[in-house]
Amino acid sequence: MKNNIIKTLGISILTILFATSVTYAASEKLSGKAANFTLKSRSGKNIKLSELRGDVVMINFWASWCGPCRQEMPLLEKIHKKYKRLGFTLLGVNVEENTSAAKNYLKDVRVTFPILFDPTNKTSKLYDVSAMPTTVLIDRNGNKRYLHKGYKPGYENDYKREIKKLLRE
Amino acid sequence: MVLKVAPGAVVAVTRTMPYYLLALFLVLLSFNSKAAVLPAERADALYHSYSGGGIDITGPAVLVRKSVSDSVSLSAKHYVDTISSASIDVEVILGASTYEEERVENSFSIDLLNQKTLMSLGYTNSEENDFSADTVSFGISQDMFGDLTTVALSYAHGSNVVGETGDSSFSETSKFDSFNLSMTQVITKNLIMSGSFATVTDSGFLNNPYRKVRYLTSPTTFSLQDEEYPNTRTSNAVAFRARYFLPYRAALHAEYRLFKDSWGINGTNIEVGYTHPFLDDWIAEVHFRSYVQTQADFYSDLFPFVNAQNFMARDKELSTFNNSTIGFGISYEFAKGEGGTIDKASINFKYDYIQFNYENFRDARQTSFDAGTEPLYQFDATVMQLFLSVWF
Amino acid sequence: MPYKIIISLFILLSLSACNVEPWVKPYERANLADPIMSFSPDPLSQGYIHHVYQAREGARGAEGGSGGGCGCN
Repeated sequence: MKNNIIKTLGISILTILFATSVTYAASEKLSGKAANFTLKSRSGKNIKLSELRGDVVMINFWASWCGPCRQEMPLLEKIHKKYKRLGFTLLGVNVEENTSAAKNYLKDVRVTFPILFDPTNKTSKLYDVSAMPTTVLIDRNGNKRYLHKGYKPGYENDYKREIKKLLRE
Repeated sequence: MVLKVAPGAVVAVTRTMPYYLLALFLVLLSFNSKAAVLPAERADALYHSYSGGGIDITGPAVLVRKSVSDSVSLSAKHYVDTISSASIDVEVILGASTYEEERVENSFSIDLLNQKTLMSLGYTNSEENDFSADTVSFGISQDMFGDLTTVALSYAHGSNVVGETGDSSFSETSKFDSFNLSMTQVITKNLIMSGSFATVTDSGFLNNPYRKVRYLTSPTTFSLQDEEYPNTRTSNAVAFRARYFLPYRAALHAEYRLFKDSWGINGTNIEVGYTHPFLDDWIAEVHFRSYVQTQADFYSDLFPFVNAQNFMARDKELSTFNNSTIGFGISYEFAKGEGGTIDKASINFKYDYIQFNYENFRDARQTSFDAGTEPLYQFDATVMQLFLSVWF
Repeated sequence: MPYKIIISLFILLSLSACNVEPWVKPYERANLADPIMSFSPDPLSQGYIHHVYQAREGARGAEGGSGGGCGCN
């Protein structure tokens, strides 16, 4: 029995190490046209993605209940301030059905980039959001280029590098 | 619900079970998805109090969990039971007297996160003047299927040294191995369920050295002799839990557990509860729990004569009995989102009232009755907890 | 017997999940992410109450929450 237990443990550990040795890249490359959408923003104005053609656009899908989203929110604000004059637009798409929690959160954490509301999750579905947060980068020609699932400290450096690259194109 | 299974069948299932579980786990592992997260950093300081059946147990407990990097989290726990006992077990055997003792438990664990897998290693030591226990544990948990499912497998091995106060020559050992598998599944936007399975095998000296059985010395009188337990025990438990979110922000929870072991004990418990946040910072909770079990094969309240069987026990924990709990908790959250080093803090109070009703364990202290005709034993217990939690 | 049936169901359920597209999307987890939906909101308190029952009942195991041995007798 004892030998079997040790064997079982050994196999489990080896399998885990093998399964986890394939590390995920923080960023995935995408291609193809970014699907168009129109969403109401916090200011009440409708924002249409296709009208931002010519800018590098970063779309961040977030929720107030999502810890990593809250963690990166102030960092996104910094990125917005740094690049907004260089032809860069950051859109924060809130995915919550009930927008009041998000509005409350934004009273405490002030951001100046546009926050759009997607209470029916139509846009989240369109972009096949499979992690919270999800960040998509779109080039000046309206093509999807980079995808980030989730957020971990350090992702902001990848965002900056990719934004700079797309701005130079 | 009473399940009749031959002890042999239980053992057979148990022997093969870990390998079924392992196979299942390995299959699931190959369908992995995204990153899991380390447990939240927090510190808890708790004061606990149990009072019932002539026993008072109080003490502090502290648990601190801290991440040292993105992928490593450490936790340490210190727990003390200060026991003052004049329970029915003590009184029947030693006459009216109270004994005092202390149990101190310390444990450490390290959690490692590797993308979607959380691994943990733990060590626990528990010391009493007459009982020493060391436990090592290893666990893996894995998020999969778009993070709708979490599967966790853990193994623990414990070794105990049993002594007897007043008899320094008495020293026995026992050990246990336990395998646990659990699966948590998101069912809908408002419903989450989990299933757990645990199998535990013990071997060695499993009795309590102080406990005695009683046997008839005449049709109306009894005497006491030492207990004799089998030196192995195998048990299986399976539990299902669910939590449901109600539209106005409240939660219902339910639990059902089924237990059986090679000693013939079948146990079942159900629990239902309701959690209700109010006034932004308060959370109230109420729950009801009910437990029933059947006796061990070698249990008897009163054996017919001395050395009546090779195995004999008269522990009320091994008798046929039931208990019911009604409890509530209230917590107040403060220091939320104010920046600085603290994310959130809460102060909590929990209260449980438990009533135990024994069906074949008699109150042998009542000497005005003939042996075997004493009233059945029952008692109430009050459990209280007061704790402070800080998230940082 | 019931255990074998339960475990088989468990395995079937798990395997069937392999072929299923996540039906609750990550952006639909608002309620599930609420702390009141946690199975083990307070591990220290939960560990204590499990110990209270374990010491007084024949049953043990599958308590939920943090696993491993408790070193209790």
